Amino acid sequence: MKGRVNAGLIAGGVLVGLVVAMALVSFVWTPHDPELVDAANKLREPGDGYLLGADKFGRDTFSQLMVGARTTLYVGIVAVGIAALIGTPLGVIAGMTRLRWLSELVMRVNDLVFAFPALLLAVMLGAVYGAGTLTAMIAIGVATVPAFARVARAATMQVMVTDYILAARAAGRRRLPVAFRHVLPNIGSMLIVQASVSFAIAILAEAALSFLGFGTRPPTPSWGRMLQESQELLFSTPRLALWPGLAIALAVLGFNLLGDGLRDYLDPKLRRIRAER
Amino acid sequence: MILYLLKRTAVFLVSTAVAGVLVFAFMAVLPGDPAEVALGVNATPEALAELRRQFGTDRPPVAQFLDWFGGLATGDFGTSYVTSAPIGPQISDRLGVTVVLVGGGMLAALLIAVPAGTFAAVHHRNPLGVVISAFSQVGIAIPAFLAGILLVFVFAVQAQALPSGGYVPLAEDPVEWFRSLLLPWLSLGLVQGAVLTRYVRSAVLDVMREDYLRTARAKGRGRMGALWRHGLRNAAVPVVTVLGLQLATLLIGAVVVERVFVIPGLGDLLLNGVAARDLLLVQGVVMVLVAAVLLINFVVDVAYAALDPRLRGAR
Repeated sequence: MKGRVNAGLIAGGVLVGLVVAMALVSFVWTPHDPELVDAANKLREPGDGYLLGADKFGRDTFSQLMVGARTTLYVGIVAVGIAALIGTPLGVIAGMTRLRWLSELVMRVNDLVFAFPALLLAVMLGAVYGAGTLTAMIAIGVATVPAFARVARAATMQVMVTDYILAARAAGRRRLPVAFRHVLPNIGSMLIVQASVSFAIAILAEAALSFLGFGTRPPTPSWGRMLQESQELLFSTPRLALWPGLAIALAVLGFNLLGDGLRDYLDPKLRRIRAER
Repeated sequence: MILYLLKRTAVFLVSTAVAGVLVFAFMAVLPGDPAEVALGVNATPEALAELRRQFGTDRPPVAQFLDWFGGLATGDFGTSYVTSAPIGPQISDRLGVTVVLVGGGMLAALLIAVPAGTFAAVHHRNPLGVVISAFSQVGIAIPAFLAGILLVFVFAVQAQALPSGGYVPLAEDPVEWFRSLLLPWLSLGLVQGAVLTRYVRSAVLDVMREDYLRTARAKGRGRMGALWRHGLRNAAVPVVTVLGLQLATLLIGAVVVERVFVIPGLGDLLLNGVAARDLLLVQGVVMVLVAAVLLINFVVDVAYAALDPRLRGAR
């Protein structure tokens, strides 16, 4: 049963669409070179081809925002991908198995990983291997695994008590085919919702890491680092903090609304089952 | 309840030990030898061996781990390879600042979320309640450090009412101490308060549909009176769980907020440690933060069971 297309879904879709469009367009066109240091345009006011002005190095803010969207999506996609690819099988196994200890073990390991937030993992990885986009993506991805495993396990357990699973098992289907043909398609909608919510959290984490200098390294633009660079100029040029801040907030809002909207659209029954963070 | 408590305690202790192994193993796989780093490339083999003996890095990893992990229990975090200063006192100095920062942030979040969430639930059908829900959705999208920057802009740059950063110890000047922490508390509290508002709202909404609340109303209690007497304790159960998860988020958020406001807490120590490549220091701070998160989860589980006896057997 499908729900109505709701306002949140549309608003979220539009916001996410804008971010994606900005990122895609940045591959073929930006108003200026986002990495070009140009002393002549230092702290240039908005106008004359510089839509949002330029920063202390004379780099065009709008161009940086566009390429920053690319960085944000790139980190989000890889991090959520890592989390889904590791977390989903773990959750499905924990939900399908009749071995209580195995299910318990998966959940305990999950709780343990949960105690290592993305920021700490990224700082540790950064201390050992040097900080960068790769360490940030891995850290955010690993830290998001428990969220996927929990949702996948809870959803799998709901599916496992249904009659069609019983029928499939009675017909002699083995576990692996049951998992692929019956469980995965039925928990898919919850995983998509979780992916959207996790994407929002990944954007927040990437911004925080870049802000601290543990994310994408200069000169590649990133919203978090734009904010960090703007902080010292807050007294004189506050607009430099405004735009990346707005970009982060709108992108996160977009993915959150999209997640909530999808939840209602894909399965109205799920409205009450809130995905754990 | 005692059996449950014992079981949760065992899980907590084992998790902390395993986390210790993970942190240690991760930092121990490091390429490079601290003694070589300290002495440079021209060091004689004898000097290197002597320094390794001093650091204790010539011993097998298991012995090093047991020594380090055993020391943690007594507050001994080892001695920095970089500054030769003991790490334990540095961590305990900074821990106090971070605890005050996180505690105040949580308090601010509760002071925002409980009234706002209850109000939004009671008035869920009128526009004002909906406005509060919308605000909380926006608040969730703003990271704490961005809230911090915005607050600095409003209260330090525009109104010039509060300092934009820095920290004054309580013993030095209580008023300035409070002023220096007000914006950091608010940055943590506003964002977490927004998240919490949603949970308070839905918890109060659930409670309002219960029969016992209708009974209380039938006895002649007003809507708020009935909620106050019978509703809030029941609504507290789901909220406490979220609170625990949030406390962990706040702790990590504090690391970033400390950077925004130049507050000498654990996060500041951690990031300085990374910058100075002081790995034993990083290892110690990470361990403290991870243990704190595990401790919070443990306390939440126990508090959960204490608030709702039905849940004790469930896990």
